[in-house]
Formats: sequence, C-alpha cells, structure tokens
Amino acid sequence: MSACVQHGPGDLPRSAASPRAGRRRMGEPLRLAALLAPAAILFAAFFLLPLVRLIAIGAGGPQGWAAYLTTLADPGHLDSLASTLALSAGVTAVTLAVSTVAGLFLVRHRFPGHALLVALLTFPLAFPGVVIGFMVIMLAGRQGLIGTVTQALTGGKLVFAYSMAGLFLGYVYFSIPRVILTVMAAAEKLDPRLEEAARSLGASPWRVVADVILPALKPALISAGALCFATSMGAFGTAFTLATRINVLPMTIYTEFTLQANIAAAAALSVLLGLITWAALAVARSVAGTSVAAAG
Amino acid sequence: MAVRPLESARMTDRFHLDAVPIRLDGCGKTFPGGARALEPLDLTIRGGETIVFLGPSGCGKTTTLRIIAGLESPDPGGRVLFGDEDVTDLPIERRNVGMVFQSYALFPNMTVAENVAYGLKVRRVGRAERGRRVEEMLDLMHLGEFAGRRIDQLSGGQRQRVALARALVVRPRVLLLDEPLTALDAKLRDSLRLEIDRLLRELGITAVYVTHDQGEAMALGDRIVVMAKGRVAQVGTPREIYYQPADGFVADFIGTMNRVGGTVRDGVLRIGRGSLPWSGPDGPVELLTRPEDIALASGEADAHLDGRIAAAVFLGDRTRLVVEPADGPPLTVDTAGRSDLGRGDRVSLRVDPARLLAVP
Ligand SMILES: Nc1ncnc2c1ncn2[C@@H]1O[C@H](COP(=O)(O)OP(=O)(O)O)[C@@H](O)[C@H]1O
Ligand SMILES: [Mg+2]
Repeated sequence: MSACVQHGPGDLPRSAASPRAGRRRMGEPLRLAALLAPAAILFAAFFLLPLVRLIAIGAGGPQGWAAYLTTLADPGHLDSLASTLALSAGVTAVTLAVSTVAGLFLVRHRFPGHALLVALLTFPLAFPGVVIGFMVIMLAGRQGLIGTVTQALTGGKLVFAYSMAGLFLGYVYFSIPRVILTVMAAAEKLDPRLEEAARSLGASPWRVVADVILPALKPALISAGALCFATSMGAFGTAFTLATRINVLPMTIYTEFTLQANIAAAAALSVLLGLITWAALAVARSVAGTSVAAAG
Repeated sequence: MAVRPLESARMTDRFHLDAVPIRLDGCGKTFPGGARALEPLDLTIRGGETIVFLGPSGCGKTTTLRIIAGLESPDPGGRVLFGDEDVTDLPIERRNVGMVFQSYALFPNMTVAENVAYGLKVRRVGRAERGRRVEEMLDLMHLGEFAGRRIDQLSGGQRQRVALARALVVRPRVLLLDEPLTALDAKLRDSLRLEIDRLLRELGITAVYVTHDQGEAMALGDRIVVMAKGRVAQVGTPREIYYQPADGFVADFIGTMNRVGGTVRDGVLRIGRGSLPWSGPDGPVELLTRPEDIALASGEADAHLDGRIAAAVFLGDRTRLVVEPADGPPLTVDTAGRSDLGRGDRVSLRVDPARLLAVP
C-alpha cells in the first residue's frame, strides 16, 4: 500500500483538482461509458482489486478481522505511527517555511547565476530514496562532513545520520525542490498591483506578505504541503539506507513482512498508513478547494 | 477647486479631504537597461484639481503616476512635493495616496466591506469608527447592498467602485487613477466616468488621472497634460488643448483635425479657388481646422474648395462627410444630421478663416 503514496522520481506535484470540471452534455451516456471504460478497467485491475485483496489479507490471519484492532493496539505500532506522523508533519512545516521564503526570493530577485540555481534545484527530484540516504550519510554520518568539522572544532564528533534526525534532514532535502518550484510557479502569477494597492493603503512589507502574498499562495502551499506530507509518510528507501531500526511505519511494515513473516499485521498497517495519508490529503484538498473558490 | 453647491456641501463636510497641491521638479525616469521612459518633467498640480495625463500607449503616463505614488523613484535630481513636504524619499506606504488600477486589484480573499476597511485596519482605526466610515463610503458609492459579497460576485463596474471606495475611505492626500475605465465596456465606462467626475468634484480631492482616451480626458480634466514619447507636449484646459493645440501631434491626437494646404502672397491666403485675408510670411503653408469649422458653401461665390464625397456617416445629431478635394488630403466635414448627401455627390466647401490654425 505504501507504494500508492510514494511518488516516482520526477513526479511533479499537481495542484488540487478543479472544482468546476462539470460536464455540460449528459445526453450521451453510452459514449461516455465507452470513453470511461479503459480508465475503469485500469482502476479496477491495478488499484481496486489489490486494495481489496490487501484489506482481506489483513483479516486473513488466525484472528480474522480482530487483527486490525490488535495491530492498532500494539504499543510498538502506535509508537511507530506517532513518530511517522510527527516526522512527516515536521518535515512538511519546515519544508513549506524554507521553500516559501526561497521561492519568493527567487521569483523577486534576478542575479547572475539565477537560471543555473533554479535548474540545479530540480536535481534532487530525480534521486531515489537510497541516494538521498547516501547523501545524508556523507553529510552527517561517521565519516561525514559535519562529523569531521565538529571534531576539528570541539573534539567531539557530531553524528546524526542514522537516526530520526538524519531521516528528517533527508526528507527535507528531498522535499524542498518540488515545493520551491510550486511556490515559484504560484508566485509568478501573483498580480503585483495587489501588493501595490495594499502598500498604497499604508501596509508595511510584512503586512503585505501576511495579507496579500500568503493568502494568494495558500492553495499552492496546501497542495504542495499535502504531497510533501504523503511522501514523508510513505517513503522507505531513505530510512532503509540510514538504519533498519528507525521507527517509522514503512520500516515497521517491512520488518513485520520480511523478518517476522507477520503478513496480516503488515497488511493491516499498510491499510492504516494508506487511510491516514489519504485522509490528510483529502482534508488538505477540500481546504485548498474552498479557498480557491473564495479567491475566485 | 470646482465644488458644486447643493449636496456637495454636506458631502465634503463628512468626507473632508485636504486639497494638497503637488509639484514635480525635474522628475525624469531612466529604467535599468537604459531606456528613458520620461524626460525630466516640471509640473505643478493645484490643490483640488483633477489633472489628466493623456497620450498614446508607452508615452510615460503610468511612469509619471508611479513617481507621484512613490512606486518608482525619479532619476537623481528629481523631486516630488506634496504641499511643502518633500516626499521624494518616502515609500508609497507613507505617502498617504489612494490608487485605482485598470485591473481593480481588489483583495480576492476579502469581502467588499473588508476590502474597503483594509486601509483603516492597517492604520489601526478602532472597530466602531472603522465600521461607520466603511458604511458611509459604501453608501456614497451605492455599494451598501454588496458589503458582504465576495469580489468574484461583482461586475467590473461594481469592482471599480469598490476600488474607489477602498482608496478614498482613508482620506488620501491625492487620488491616483491609472486607466480606471479601460477594462469596462463602453456603456459602463460612460456611467462610471460620470460617477468619478461627481466624486472628484464633491470631495475636492487632488486627483491625477491617466488615460489614452481623449474623450475621458476632456470630460474629466480641469487640465490635461498631453504626453508624447516621454515628454509633455502641452498642458492646458480641455478647451485650450482642443482649440489651440501646441503642435501637430496634439492637434492630431485630440479629436479630428483637417490639414489644408494653401499659399500666402501679399496678405492673401489662397486655398483652392477661394482667397482669404491672412497675415503671415509669403509662401506655401499648411493649416489645420476642425470638421465643425468647414461648411458646405451656400453658393459658388463663397466656395473655397470642391470635392467628391468619399464617405457619409450619419451620427444622429450630425452627418460626418469625408470629402476628397481635387488635390490634397481628404477633409472631414460635419454637416447637419438631416442632410441627404451621400457617397459620390459633388460638394463645394467653405473654410471659416477665423478657425484656421497655423501650428508648428
Ligand atoms: N519597469 C520597467 N522597466 C523598463 N521599462 C519600462 C518599465 N516600465 C515602463 N517601461 C517603459 O517606459 C515607457 C513608458 O511606459 P509607461 O509609463 O508604462 O507608458 P504608458 O503608461 O504611457 O503607456 C515604455 O516604453 C515602457 O516600455
Ligand atoms: Mg500605462
């Protein structure tokens, strides 16, 4: 299930679906059905059937459907769920903050090397999780840059690659580019007259940011943040590269599945991970949707 | 400051606005990249006056307006004065100016009332007074029933009235309008123009209005600044601009102007087969005259020019003819609405000598 929310390399975030995609002519239901059939078949074959199967496997152990409750009640699993949620929320918050500032700066200021910098930003988009993990180790691992520098300065070696902190760093690094690109795309569409109008009414630069720029960026920030959150919830490669004992849900699922051969629990946890991430995305999309409608 | 009596006395009491004069002192503008958008400009705008910057697209009107607003700074040496205060180095948020844009620039995340209240909120005006002033302003602009609406639920004309209310409610020292009617369709444009005219007169505020539409300029301006290629071509009242254009550019840009060729010899100007007394040096001249100052000749004796009608356009109150004379450019001539002349008819024309202009 975690594969459903993991995003392939180069997969750019898409903005929330348009609420007004209404069809005008409903007079040709047959043709409509014919047109939708391939999509429906694909949806059933590659999404619906495996999902139903997964849900059924969760209940297929000796305990039956009660396995879901048992799995949920397991303190280790709950712990893993809580830390995954905290990690993803933290990554999302930090990524949004950093990317908004950087994205706005890049849109508003032209300097030598601007185009090159923006092009470089898209670089990590193509990296698989393993490579991100590898880079975190090179930065904060036992032989890493930070370790070497801190040893030289303080005598103590700062190593945090193989923990939640390393994972956090890796996810932020991985998420920032796509959020920056989303922010830049949205910021380029801002009407400069809006800011000028606010300033003419006496608004300081900070007020302009709070009252004009952020509300206008809100839909883009929500959809980018939702994708960032979902990616962090489901990502596996980086965690696997850093350490097998990092307590995040995808790792727990992997452990249950391969090491304990507890297939029912792995399936139940997968369904849970999928549900929570899906709910987070749905909430974000509806909030973004209403604010888009309000903004006209 | 032209304030009409009657209701305006009540209006200006309630929305009392200081009529601040504005002075531009050697304000030029060169954009990075070297393009000179504005030659150094000196201009005094009287307190309470409505001044209109008029000119074709790209002539520097918006740049001038933005220098007054504080959105652009003039090239070194230029100064902007509001009354006695030198505001050249003040950013727009500290100049207390009202701005109205062609694109309305209303805040989409706020209602009509919240948009109008924004400037008061930024100024920390208390909630009660804020509510009262917003309501008054919405009433003044006939927007009371729309207070709770979202911006996307308003028509273009209503949006621009909200923008005006939002700019005026903070009692700015000057109101700056950049092509505020250009995005509207013709009918709305006329009615909103009348409303803006009423508002500017009643409030007695100093206003700078930018447009490329000479009709708007003539209707709204106490004075018009005609601009061309970053320079001021002429400053004057609408009548001065229309009847005494400073040069050929102004003459052609405002209304319709005819060019009539003639020859002067010994105090007599010959145009076609007619002659008029004329003071000026001998030689060929090109003279300008308006369509309403050329008439159909009543008889052979007073005719100056003969020609054939190339087009006749019925405009209701008048019929506008385009007449091709034997030589020279076609002439536009206004005649009575009830004329039955048509394309192909031959006519004789008489030029009003008092209305002929010699322009550099
Ligand atoms: N920010 C800018 N950077 C460079 N050139 C500009 C800028 N703004 C305006 N210009 C140039 O300055 C000239 C005058 O522009 P503007 O004042 O907007 O004209 P108008 O409002 O009369 O149409 C134009 O040639 C325009 O291209
Ligand atoms: Mg302009």
